[in-house]
Amino acid sequence: MSHTEQPVHVTRRLQKEESASYDRSTLDYIHRASATGLYEIRGLGAKRKLPHFDDLVFLTASLSRYPLEGYREKCSTRTVLGTRFAKKPIVLDTPITIAGMSFGALSANVKEALGKAATAMGTTTTTGDGGMTPEERMSSKTLVYQCLPSRYGFDPDDVRRADAIEVVLGQGAKPGGGGMLLGQKVNPRVAKMRTLPEGVDQRSASRHPDWTGPDDLAIKIQELREITDWEKPVYVKVGATRVFNDVKLAVHSGADVVVVDGMQGGTAATQTCFIEHAGIPTLAAVRQAVAALEDLDMKGTVQLIVSGGIRTGADVAKALALGADAVAIGQGVLMALGCNRDTYQQDGQIHSAEAGYAALGTAPGYCHHCHTGKCPVGVTTQDAVLEQRLEPEWGARHVRNYLKTLTMELTTLARACGKQDVHHLEPEDMVALTVEAAAMARVPLAGTNWIPGQN
Amino acid sequence: MCGIVGLLLKKPALHDRLGELMVPMLIGMTERGPDSAGMAVFGACLPEQQRKISVYSGLTDDGAAYDWVGLADAVNAALKVHATPVIKGNHAVLTFEGPAEPVKAFVKTFDAKLHLLSAGRSIELYKDIGTPAEVAARYDFAHLGGSHLVGHTRMATESAVTPDRAHPFTAGEDFCLVHNGSLSNPNGVRRMLEPRGIRFETDNDTEAACRFLEWRLREGDTLHDALQKGFEALDGFYTFLMGTATELALIRDPFACKPAVVAETDDYVAIASEFRSLAHLPDVKHARVFEPAPEEMYVWKI
Amino acid sequence: MEDLSFDLAVQTVRALNQFLHGPADTLAGRHVRVSNPDGAHNIAVGINAPVKVTIEGHAGYYAAGMNKFAEVVIEGSASTGVAENMMSGKVHVKGFASNSAGASAHGGLLVIDGDAGLRCGISLKGGDIVVGGSVGSFSGFMAQAGRMLVCGDAGDALGDSLYEAVIYVRGTIKSLGADAQIEPLTEADIASIAELLAAGGLQHEPASFRRVASARTLYHWNADADQEY
Repeated sequence: MSHTEQPVHVTRRLQKEESASYDRSTLDYIHRASATGLYEIRGLGAKRKLPHFDDLVFLTASLSRYPLEGYREKCSTRTVLGTRFAKKPIVLDTPITIAGMSFGALSANVKEALGKAATAMGTTTTTGDGGMTPEERMSSKTLVYQCLPSRYGFDPDDVRRADAIEVVLGQGAKPGGGGMLLGQKVNPRVAKMRTLPEGVDQRSASRHPDWTGPDDLAIKIQELREITDWEKPVYVKVGATRVFNDVKLAVHSGADVVVVDGMQGGTAATQTCFIEHAGIPTLAAVRQAVAALEDLDMKGTVQLIVSGGIRTGADVAKALALGADAVAIGQGVLMALGCNRDTYQQDGQIHSAEAGYAALGTAPGYCHHCHTGKCPVGVTTQDAVLEQRLEPEWGARHVRNYLKTLTMELTTLARACGKQDVHHLEPEDMVALTVEAAAMARVPLAGTNWIPGQN
Repeated sequence: MCGIVGLLLKKPALHDRLGELMVPMLIGMTERGPDSAGMAVFGACLPEQQRKISVYSGLTDDGAAYDWVGLADAVNAALKVHATPVIKGNHAVLTFEGPAEPVKAFVKTFDAKLHLLSAGRSIELYKDIGTPAEVAARYDFAHLGGSHLVGHTRMATESAVTPDRAHPFTAGEDFCLVHNGSLSNPNGVRRMLEPRGIRFETDNDTEAACRFLEWRLREGDTLHDALQKGFEALDGFYTFLMGTATELALIRDPFACKPAVVAETDDYVAIASEFRSLAHLPDVKHARVFEPAPEEMYVWKI
Repeated sequence: MEDLSFDLAVQTVRALNQFLHGPADTLAGRHVRVSNPDGAHNIAVGINAPVKVTIEGHAGYYAAGMNKFAEVVIEGSASTGVAENMMSGKVHVKGFASNSAGASAHGGLLVIDGDAGLRCGISLKGGDIVVGGSVGSFSGFMAQAGRMLVCGDAGDALGDSLYEAVIYVRGTIKSLGADAQIEPLTEADIASIAELLAAGGLQHEPASFRRVASARTLYHWNADADQEY
């Protein structure tokens, strides 16, 4: 056969070879960057595959470890946060809390729904970068108030109205970056709360205006305590980077509770390069945070809340087993409200949201366009029409159901490990499925005694 | 993250009171720095043919019970330098005839766990883990005399809380540095200096600044020019306070996030991270109190 | 009614603040003198009543922080963050102020007789800051609303990333920040300046000030403009 007469199937296969480095996603990135000269801004958290809680499994009941009965035998989920200095610590019925997300990023209806759900579940919700809305204060039995670098809407009356204060250094999606809200979401109400001109892009402050470093943070925390006459717990939240050092310094600065947010943590808007390439996986962050507390003999005195990609009851159980006292969920509750769902419910009717996704150039299951303010299901929007697609009662019920499911799964796994209290879960209750997860979580690779880096 | 203090007494009649005035300054910085504390005191200058070194035994097995007399005897047997120790538990100042380098080298080979703190004709340096009050009591700071001092309390950031990572850091003779802040490129600076024969003892970011200045001074720069080059080479946030045999020097980076305040009278110049540490000083109500501007070099001579 | 005294040499800042957080009707119109402040932090923070407080000496960080309704006089200097996040009322520093004076204040009046350090009025969200002396670099950084009046000089990067706040400067400006520009004074500015000078007890010719405001080119992010965003 001559060269020009080779079988067709041979030449066809050789013409479509994909590159692992310059894959379709990278090609799309380069094409877009060259067309616009802009970095991409999007919502949600890191989308690429990372070592995560899925890489750990529980060693439940065996001949040497006996389970609790699922229905008759109690498994406590009561959680207390802020025992170190505050006169009035936070007492929760479940260790699952709702993470800080701003009014501005989210609609007022969403904040109300989250508050109602948290109240029903006996847990906390948290304000975000934009201040406290009356809706969320009224609907949340227990509300954590964030103090952020931007100080948008920060008000001492709200400090006095809050149940705890959370001083935010950063979040897992963008440690070292500040909040971002594009002009299309700065509607009159948001503009007024944040003292911004309407429709104008909000710029990010990445440092606090009046303190830098743990030595100054110590004085700032004291200021917040003095203003609240030492009643309310002060949390310190960091995006997960140098977690061991940061947790130690947060404790030295006087934090009652430390919140560590891993790179899977979400945002409503930031540069993609930040989301995917800054911060460490939550799995690695948890153990470093716990190690820091143990190093200072503060485990149990200063509580640890972990967030960033907590999705399921199993995730909650694993975070607790690794040593967290509680978790915070952001993206998960938004998905419970309908994020990436193909329908929404309005006025008792189910409607298709497909057209809304298509208009954004995406589809349910793939959307991360929170930054546009055109959320097809009315969650991350300030648009007067779109925000009606999320009704507070419906939303509250869905979030409550989600958190209830997670809590039930948590106790199921805890009971199977023989625990009467979910806080008795420990690292030895688990093994890892991959070498990376074993190293990060500091538990043995399944079937072996090996913990990379430890033995 | 830390607290810094500095004090320079303008009148020799006050030199006996240096320690007494300094202890409350140091303790006032406890909240900024609860983990460890250090102090470099500059006193009467030894004659040209003598030197003294400060040595720390806290990392040895014997710790505060270290046999300093035995060390001095061994130095004299080997080098015949008439070394005499002044001992305070895990710390000793060894005064001797002749240059410092041979004695330093001997001490290191005699016991690798001994830590050399300082060398010179005027400087004595103390540092240890513990609260400022504990460290001050351990070394009887209240009774130290001298013309000027540089002190520091530490809240450890990126490197561990061990005594050798406490400040002040020294370089060469009669030079020390304390730092409040956090440098963002210490590793690059270290990698630039090591091939030039500059030895590092710790991974502390402050040591990178100190060794950079040591290099520039070794190359013949004045302190002023060395600090000017430092603005380019050192990245991050810093207030630096330095001491030499005859002066105190202070600079702040352009962002000036880390605080510093100065109180000056006819009798003294006092520097601290917060006014709280200066509040007890004599006649401070009539002192000129001001904040040093960023990127400017302030130098006070004895 | 006679003045009340707190001596911080024998009483705690916590006790003082707790007292100052008492019922507004018992505090209204009272004058509280605080002696021996000696640079203590968080003096008179979070007041929520029309009480007058005089701090007889130097204050530490966050003096009169988050002030509402009160009038606080600091006879010495104030450290970082004096009157930070003030909502209303008046704070008067007779000496100099350190960094971040009036940071993120939403309202009220902050008067500093001497100089202010770096980042004076950073993140300002309303209210007025009047400085008899000069201000350090990065003053008015990201200031969103409100007014600043500087009788002396300003350092580098004045008004970087300004939104709608306006800064009046009488002396030299070492450099303007991104998007800050000098604009001609209008009649309304002259009146504002006169009002601010009177509020600060200062005597200068209003027309001798310059107006610094936002060029508003950063309001909408635009790649073609080569913005540093």
